[in-house]
Parts: sequence; C-alpha cells; structure tokens
Amino acid sequence: MSITFDIATAPAKNMAAARALGRRRRLVDKAVQYACVAATLIGLLFLASILFTLFLRGFGALDWTVLTKEFEPTTYGDDTAPRGGLAHAIIGTLIQTAIATSIGTPIGLLVGTYLAEYARGSKLGEAVRFVSDVLLSAPSILIGLFIYQLVVLPMGGFSGFAGTLALAVIVIPVVVRTTEDMLQLIPNTLREAVVALGAPKWKMVILVCWRAALSGIVTGVLLAFARIAGETAPLLLTSFGNNVTSTDLTTAMASLPVAIYQQANSGFPDLINIAWAGALLITLGVLAVNIIARLLLRTRK
Amino acid sequence: MQQSVSLVAKPRGSSGAMGDKFFEWLCRGAGLLVLGLLGAIILTLFIGGLPAFQEFGAQFLWSTAWQPVEGRENYGALVPMLGTIVTSILAILIAVPAAFGIAFYLTELAPQWLRQPVGTAIELLAAVPSIIFGMWGLFVLVPIIQNYIQIPFGETLGALPLIGGIFDSNNFAGTSVFAASMVLAVMILPFIAATMRDVFLQVPPVYKESAYGLGATRWEVMRGVVIPYTRISVVGGVMLGLGRALGETMAVTFVIGNANRMFTSVFDPSTTIASVVAMEFPESLMGSLKQSSLLALGFLLFVISFIVLATSRYLLRSRLK
Repeated sequence: MSITFDIATAPAKNMAAARALGRRRRLVDKAVQYACVAATLIGLLFLASILFTLFLRGFGALDWTVLTKEFEPTTYGDDTAPRGGLAHAIIGTLIQTAIATSIGTPIGLLVGTYLAEYARGSKLGEAVRFVSDVLLSAPSILIGLFIYQLVVLPMGGFSGFAGTLALAVIVIPVVVRTTEDMLQLIPNTLREAVVALGAPKWKMVILVCWRAALSGIVTGVLLAFARIAGETAPLLLTSFGNNVTSTDLTTAMASLPVAIYQQANSGFPDLINIAWAGALLITLGVLAVNIIARLLLRTRK
Repeated sequence: MQQSVSLVAKPRGSSGAMGDKFFEWLCRGAGLLVLGLLGAIILTLFIGGLPAFQEFGAQFLWSTAWQPVEGRENYGALVPMLGTIVTSILAILIAVPAAFGIAFYLTELAPQWLRQPVGTAIELLAAVPSIIFGMWGLFVLVPIIQNYIQIPFGETLGALPLIGGIFDSNNFAGTSVFAASMVLAVMILPFIAATMRDVFLQVPPVYKESAYGLGATRWEVMRGVVIPYTRISVVGGVMLGLGRALGETMAVTFVIGNANRMFTSVFDPSTTIASVVAMEFPESLMGSLKQSSLLALGFLLFVISFIVLATSRYLLRSRLK
C-alpha cells in the first residue's frame, strides 16, 4: 500500500529505491523457493535411502529358506548348521492380523454408521468421534499395556489371543474414520428416495448406504490391515513372539515385526540378514495393500 | 380402502420400527463401546500404576532413580519423561521447517504433473511400519551421525562455554538422543507435510489470486495470505506430529541406546517412556513393583499424549468438517 502511495506522489525520487526493493523481494522469493525445493529433495532422499537400503539388504537375504523354514539359532562360526527362516512369523502375523481385522471391522463399521447416520450434531456422537480420533493416534504400546493388564495377567501368560485383541483395538478407529467419511459423501437425496419407498431406516443403511460406500469402506479395512501388519510394540507385550510355528491362540505366538525386532538386535550377521528379508516382506506387503486401497478409491471417483 | 391400508401398513410398520430400534441401538452400543474403551485404558493404566504411585508418592515424577535390585527397588519417571519430551521436541524442530518446505513446494511451486506423484510418495512414506525406520536408523543413520555429526560437533562446539556440554559426549556407541530425534523427524515428516499440504489447498484461490494481482511474489503470498489463513490448522498438524513422536516405540528403541540415566548431551544415550516399557516390561515379574512403575509411566505418557492429541484435534476441527 505504502509503495504505491510513494510512487504516486514522488515517482522520480523513489525509482531507485523501488527497484532496489523489487530486487530484494525477488531475491527473497528465489531464496525461499530454492530452500523449499531443497527440503522436498531431502525428504525424497530419505525415502530413497530407506527403500534403497531395504531393497539392497532385503533382496540380498530373501530366498526360499527364509520363507519356508522356522527360526534356527545363528549359523555364525558353523557353516554346516541349518539356516533358519521366518515361516513361523509369517503364519503368526497372518493369523493375528486376519482375526484382529475381522473383530475390529464390524465394530468400527457400526460406530462409523452411528456417527454418520444417527448422531449428526448430537453430543454423544461428538464425544464418540473425539475419542475415536484420539485412539487413532494414541501410542500403540499403551494399548499393549492395556491388553496385558486385561488379558495376559488374568490368563497367566502371553497369548496370540491377547495380541489379536490388541490389534483389533487399533483397527476400530481406522475403520470408523473411513466409514464415517465415506457415508457422509452419499447424497441425502438417495436416502430420501429409499425412505420414500417405505423402507425402514436400517434397510436404507444396510442395503443402500453401505452398498454405495462399499469401495470406501473396503479401503478403510485394507488400510487398517496394513497398519496392524507392521505393529510391533503392542505385540511385544501381548503375543510376545515364539520361535516355532504355533496356531494355538492360547499360547505365545510369533509375528513378523517382533521376529524382525528380535533378530535385528541379536548382533549376529546372519540373523540380521534374515531380519532385513522380513523387513522387506512386510514393507512390500504394506505398500502393496496401500496402493490397492488407493486404486480402489480412485475408480470410485 | 382404509382397512387395507391399516392391514398392510401396520405389521410392516411395526417390524420396521423394531428393526430400526434394534439397529440404532446396535450402532449406538458400538459407539458407547469405543467411549468405554478409552475410559478402560486410562483406568487400567492408573490402577496398574497405583502401587508405584503409593510407594514413591509425588517423588516418582522427579526422581531419576532406576534401581531394580530386589529389596532396594527405587524407580523414578524423570529420565524417561525428559527423554520422551526432548526427543519429540527436537524431532519437531527438525521436521517442521522441512515439512513446510515440502508443502509449499507441492502446493505453489512444483509443476502440475509432478505434484501428484511426489505427494503420493510422501504419503506412502507415512505408511511404512515404524520398525523399518528403526532398522534403517540403526544400520544407516547411526553410523553417519556418529562419524559426521557427533565427532565434528563435539570437537568444535564442545569447547564453547555454557552450551558446550550439550554437544560434548564420550558416548561411542552412536545410539543417542540426537539419533532418536533424527529418526523421529524422518518418521513424522510425511504426516506433517501431508497435513500442511491439505490445509494449504483449502485457501480459496481468489485470495491468492488477488495478492498475485497486486504484484506479490510467491513467498509474499505464502507469508501474507496462506499462512495467516491456515495458521491454526498448521499448528494442529504440528501437534498431531508431536503426538505421534511422543508415543513412538520401535523406531526410538533401536537408536536411543536405552540407558536409564540422566543425559547432559544430545549425543548421550537415554531412553523414552515407550522404549523403556517395550524393553523392560515383558521381562519384569508379573505384579512386581517394577511392572507397576512401568504402568505408571504408561499412564503419564497417556496423559501427555492425550493433551497433545486433544489440542491438535481442537485446532484442526475446521479442517475435519
């Protein structure tokens, strides 16, 4: 404002100053732009560094033995000893995440439906939405502590069941968030049309709203699945990990992240390599599920 | 006519009403379950930590002791609490400027065809499990920090009066508070950058166009229009990142050194609440005083992160609509 005023009253006098000011403004602008490009490059560099390390060390260590054998002690210093793998952990992770997703999804779906269809503007709905959002970002290790006190302590030991419950608690808020968001995208005219045909509200929700939002809800479930597949901290306190294949939910159960954690910290190069192979498996799995979820959402739009 | 209407409508109406009631209460029940879940977590952690609170009293909060020897057990929360707060705040200080740069680049500077792929790459980085960041930190970042940051900084800045001690450390394992902060910064960078980008995109184009029309440069539009318009949501996004950093377990456990003693330098090893729980809880005796102290620590962490997350949600509420 003041610049235009100055130029208008005394144009000749301030030309040099205005040019200098313009130069300075352009300079600052350029400097900030370069800094921002640098920040983006650094961010991408970190991403590249993580993926590069992961692929280099992961593919170097990944072979059939890793996928099909159970844990074996280190072969360090004894080349004839049998090499171990992660089969027990892969099976454990699949069992626990599958059951946890199937427990958490219906609850999350109902809560999301409640928020979108029944509780618009109500105090209780507001509270549930708030709590669900807090749970979404709450430290996962505390959920592990919670399940430990609730399940592991009374049952007298670590169990796959406890791990499953801890993961289910993490699934719920993820599904709630996406379900609510997707249901709110459905136009109200659709709901009115169904009700005008004389259908009760529950039929409207189940037969029309859920079906219309199906791809979005599936996306949420996939994202929840990807999220818990990589969770380590709560499982350390609940299913603890196991060195042999176990499908018994009442005993300690192995899982891929916990196995990676234990072998990466073992200090033996061969076990660390197996940990990298496991890290590669879990990252590829999680990224694949994420990309599928994105594609699902895109076809919808 | 009248009769037929009542005959047809009445049974159908009542069955629909029954179904409606049932379904509504099913949904509401699930909502109440989630509400109860949070209450149960707080209550469980508090009850579990009660023996420790009773044993040590308020002193638990500022004692640096961590003495698991039987008979002379003494536990304090100060070191893990400080470790949690210092690493998280350092991580925020490192990550926020970078995240701002990325968000600015993605919304104003980058060519149109580049915005989507770079944005997706950053979002995918946010989906990578934290244990991967931990491994990467331990095997890649820690050696780099040790050789190229800790030693030069210690030799040059360590000699400064007063603040020299912050950089001077005789820790040669490489795992340190600074390494943990760096890994945390890399981890929360995508979250904050994605939130900031979404928030920046919500500025009405007319506002920006008017400023450009007056001859403002891109940076001036950013500083004078976009940031004032989105300030509150930006702070909310930063708080969301802070909430994640406070409770992060695996990425930190790998690189912080897990030493439960006071640190004076950022290159000293230390511990955080989450990592001390992950390291020591599974191995401690069921129902022991140590377990109770760890549960009490968990309760403190929950209180801290609840406050941060609630603030973040309050600030972001306009964006959530």
